[in-house]
Amino acid sequence: MNSKMSKKSLVVEHLKRAQMLDVLTKGVRLDGRGLLDYRPITIETGIIEKANGSAKVRIGNTEVIAGVKVQTGAPFEDTPDQGLLIVTAEVLPLASAYAEPGPPNEDAIELARVADRGIRESGVVDLKELCLVKGKNVLAVFIDVSVLNVDGNLFDAVSYAAVAALLSSTMPKYEVTAEGVKDTGKTIPLPVKLTPISITMVLIGNTIIVDPTLDEESVMTARITIASADKNTICAGQKGNPGGFTEEQVMLAIDTAISKGEEIRKMLKKGVGHGKKQK
Amino acid sequence: MSKSSITKLLDAKGVRHDGRKFNELRPVTMKVGVLENADGSAYIEFGKNKIMAAVYGPREVHPKHMSVPDRSVLRCRYHMTPFSTDTRKNPAPSRREIEISKVIREGLEPALILTDYPRTAIEVYLEVLQSDGGSRCASITAASLALADAGINMRDLVVGCAAGKIEGRVVVDLDDVEDKEGEGDMPMAILPNLGQVTLLQLDGRFSRKEFDEAFKLAKDGCMKVYDIQRKALMEKYFGAEETGEQ
Repeated sequence: MNSKMSKKSLVVEHLKRAQMLDVLTKGVRLDGRGLLDYRPITIETGIIEKANGSAKVRIGNTEVIAGVKVQTGAPFEDTPDQGLLIVTAEVLPLASAYAEPGPPNEDAIELARVADRGIRESGVVDLKELCLVKGKNVLAVFIDVSVLNVDGNLFDAVSYAAVAALLSSTMPKYEVTAEGVKDTGKTIPLPVKLTPISITMVLIGNTIIVDPTLDEESVMTARITIASADKNTICAGQKGNPGGFTEEQVMLAIDTAISKGEEIRKMLKKGVGHGKKQK
Repeated sequence: MSKSSITKLLDAKGVRHDGRKFNELRPVTMKVGVLENADGSAYIEFGKNKIMAAVYGPREVHPKHMSVPDRSVLRCRYHMTPFSTDTRKNPAPSRREIEISKVIREGLEPALILTDYPRTAIEVYLEVLQSDGGSRCASITAASLALADAGINMRDLVVGCAAGKIEGRVVVDLDDVEDKEGEGDMPMAILPNLGQVTLLQLDGRFSRKEFDEAFKLAKDGCMKVYDIQRKALMEKYFGAEETGEQ
């Protein structure tokens, strides 16, 4: 997915493409998974004590870590009565031999913006509850996600880590007094309303598979990420990579995103509690 | 962005704030071959959007090591002029512009036969002179015209149109105000003859049924824009036929 990674991909492309297409027509993948199977997913929360919420998510060998920090800030001019929610994502230089330090490239920017849309735009946190003094003081929730190891499907890993971190997050309780806003030293749960789940699918030959590995991403023609807020609501979408989908394929992707999304939502909710350490 | 005084996006009869019906596009005009120096160019007005597209290439790749032995490298820059928005936009490319450049490039690529031009670069420059809702869709439409004008071998044109949701109703082609105040936006681009979806983004919330409606409205919108697009191309090369006015 990263242009720097595609150097490795070029080799894979020639060696594995034919083999991959061959097994896909039989309905299995090189690592033995079915077309709509995820790799094993593990979620740990409460791993960073200094953060209000945190989570580490592994999907196969893809590994990401998310931290939530809540602090006070000024609201945006056009939404004086709402708090802020900001999602960032970064591929760390230690995550792959092909990632480099420096300003984010377009792949990293797309990753962060798609994650941000899936979470912020879906209304996951009730921003009105984060308002302290209208027009002056609100709470700002920063969700920063760092990719630790790259092996495909960063979009979903980043999304699950961000959501798990949010679900496990607390926020400081503030008191509004005559002198201003005061931290009471107590914490309360973050008002999380939804559990948006993104499902990423790629097209290889004429087959749509979920949760692509880096090798699979290197031979895909097109990618689509769909996030659902619940079993009847789609809350974000992004088609990527040069290549197109037919209308039938788009509809299949939407249906798959909804049904798979439900499965993963259940799993994610089960493994996460407010501020609790979980394994 | 200016504070909008519009509180109702839809009136009791379902008419939108600018008088359009739910399935009605804003006025669209296109012109092919508008810039002297570029190998291909096009200009589009889509509502208040005014967008210039230019194509350079196929030409030598700079830096050279970026060239690919078996095909051309497609590059794309979507950029907004500082005066294109209500409050001045910082001229440096924003994260939004970088992402849009990427999705437009990836939306154009399936239409191009890049293997016909090994070791070269094809560069697409999109300059938004005035912005309105749906600028990425208008941009990709203009870009594909400019590519055709440059004589690049293509499988199909690429045409874009968005659908969205305002006050619970799915409508086609959101403008600035509807985009900002509405509940969802779904830009889409298709290859009209090959039936491929090459750009698809979605933000806001859509139920499964609303998604289907939005998809159909966006697709129908694309086909309407395609008609105007084709006429604009024919006008440059065959003359006579009137360009589409909606």
